Amino acid sequence: MISRRQFLKIAGISAACGIGMAATSSFIKAGASRSDDTRDRLIAKRWGMFIDTRKIDENDRERIINACHSIHNVPNFDNPRHAVKWIWTEEFIRAFPEQRGEFIAEKLIQKPILVLCNNCSNPPCVRVCPTQATFKRERDGLVLMDFHRCFGCRYCMAGCPYGARSFNFWDPKPYIEEINPEFPTRMMGVVEKCSFCYQRIDRGIIPACVEVSNGAMVVGDLSDPGSEIRILLREHITIRRRPELGTEPNVFYKI
Amino acid sequence: MYDSGKVIIGIAVFLAFVMFPFYINIGVVVEKPEPCLDTPVIQALEIKECVKPAHIMRATHIALLDNWKDLASRYGERLFVTEDKREFDISLQMTCMHCHSNYERFCMECHAFVAIDVGCWECHVVPEKETMR
Ligand code: HEC
Ligand code: HEC
Ligand code: HEC
Repeated sequence: MISRRQFLKIAGISAACGIGMAATSSFIKAGASRSDDTRDRLIAKRWGMFIDTRKIDENDRERIINACHSIHNVPNFDNPRHAVKWIWTEEFIRAFPEQRGEFIAEKLIQKPILVLCNNCSNPPCVRVCPTQATFKRERDGLVLMDFHRCFGCRYCMAGCPYGARSFNFWDPKPYIEEINPEFPTRMMGVVEKCSFCYQRIDRGIIPACVEVSNGAMVVGDLSDPGSEIRILLREHITIRRRPELGTEPNVFYKI
Repeated sequence: MYDSGKVIIGIAVFLAFVMFPFYINIGVVVEKPEPCLDTPVIQALEIKECVKPAHIMRATHIALLDNWKDLASRYGERLFVTEDKREFDISLQMTCMHCHSNYERFCMECHAFVAIDVGCWECHVVPEKETMR
C-alpha cells in the first residue's frame, strides 16, 4: 500500500514536471516562429538622431508634427493640459535649461525647438515600469512601448525628465481627425510616446519626421564611426537635453 | 422530518431557478456560425488559404495573434513565412483584416456565437466601422 505521504510526494513531483514541461513547450513554441530574416529592415546597434535647428522654420515644424501625429493616430484633446504629444515644440530655454547663461543670445531664449523621446541609453522610464510595457530593445537600443501591457500607472511619466510621455485621460478616438487604418489607436488609460517609428524601421522605412524634414533631421547608427550621423556629429557642435541627469539621450541638437 | 413541505418547495424553487438556462432553450435552434469568406481580396486569391490551414486557424488564431503581437511589438519581427513559403507582413489590421475585411460577417459571426467580446478593437481599427467591437 502506498502511504499518504508517498502519494503526496509523487503527486507533487508529477505536478511540478507537468508545469515545467508546459512552460518549456510554450517557450519553444513562441521561440520557434522567430525568424532571423533581417531583410527589409533598417539595422543599427544604437539609433540616434541629429537635428539641425537652423534648418527648421515654422512651416517645417508644423509639417513634421503633422506627419508624425497623423500617421500615429495621435488625438488632439481640447484641454492643453491633457495634450498627447509624440513630437512637439518647446522654447529653447525650457528644452535646455542649463544653457541659461548671464549673456545668452536673446533670440535664442524663446526659439521653438522640436523635441521628442530621446531614446536614452539609460532610460529612467524603463527602470520604473512595473510591467515592462516600456522596454529597451536589445537589438538596436530603441526605447519602446508594448501598448498591450500598459495599464496606465504613469510611473514612466514621472520618471521621464523630458515630458516625452502623455496619458490618455479620455477615449482618444473622437479626437482623432482622420484615423489612419494602418496603425492602431490607443484607449483611455494608457500612456503613449514617440516610438522612433520602429514600425517603419522594421519594414525598412526611415521615421516619418525625418522623411519630411528636408534633411534637417537625420537618423543613423551611433555605434558605427562611418555612419552619416557620426560624420555630422564630428563636424558640428551639438548639445543634448539635460545631459547632467545621466540618462544619455541619443538626440543631438545643432543650435 | 420538520417542515418537509417548506423544504421540498424550497428545493423545487431552487431547481427551477438553476435549470432555467436549460428549459428556456428547449426547442430553440441555434444556427452554426458560418463565417463568410466572400471578400474582394479573398476572391482574387490564387490559393484560397489562410496563413495556416483553416482547421488550425479556427482553433488557434488566438495564440497566433498573441504570438504576432509579441513578435511585432517586442522583437521587431514583421515577416511571417507560412509553411508553404508564402510571406506576410505581421499585422492584425493590414494582414488579417485585409483579407477578412468583412469583420461583421467573419470574426463577429463566431464571436457572437460564443459570446466573447474581443478587446482588441478598443485600439485596433476595424475596416470601415472603426469603433465597432
Ligand atoms: C491571404 C488572405 C488571408 C489572410 C492574410 C488571413 N486569412 Fe484567414 N482565411 C483566409 C481564407 C481564404 C480562409 C479559408 C481557408 C479554407 O477554408 O481553407 C481563412 C480562414 C480563416 C479562419 C477559419 C474560418 C473558418 O471557416 O473556420 C480563421 C479563424 C481565420 N482565417 C483568421 C485569420 C486571422 C486571425 C488572420 C491574421 C493572423 C488571417 N485569418 C489572415 C484568408 C486569409
Ligand atoms: C471559426 C470561428 C471564428 C472565427 C472566424 C474567428 N474567431 Fe476569434 N475566436 C473564436 C473563438 C471560439 C474564440 C474563443 C476561444 C476561447 O475563448 O478559448 C475566439 C477568440 C478570439 C480572440 C481572443 C479573445 C479574448 O479576449 O481572449 C481573438 C483576439 C480573436 N478571436 C480574434 C479573431 C479575429 C481578428 C478574427 C477575424 C479575422 C476571428 N477571431 C475570427 C472563433 C472564431
Ligand atoms: C491599448 C491599445 C491596444 C489594444 C487593446 C490592443 N492593441 Fe495590439 N497594438 C497596439 C499598438 C499601438 C500596436 C503597435 C502597432 C505597430 O507596431 O505597428 C499594436 C500592435 C499589435 C500587433 C502587431 C502589429 C500590428 O500592426 O498589428 C498585433 C498582432 C496586435 N497588436 C494584436 C492585438 C490583439 C490580438 C489584441 C486583442 C487581444 C490587441 N492587439 C489589443 C495597441 C493595442
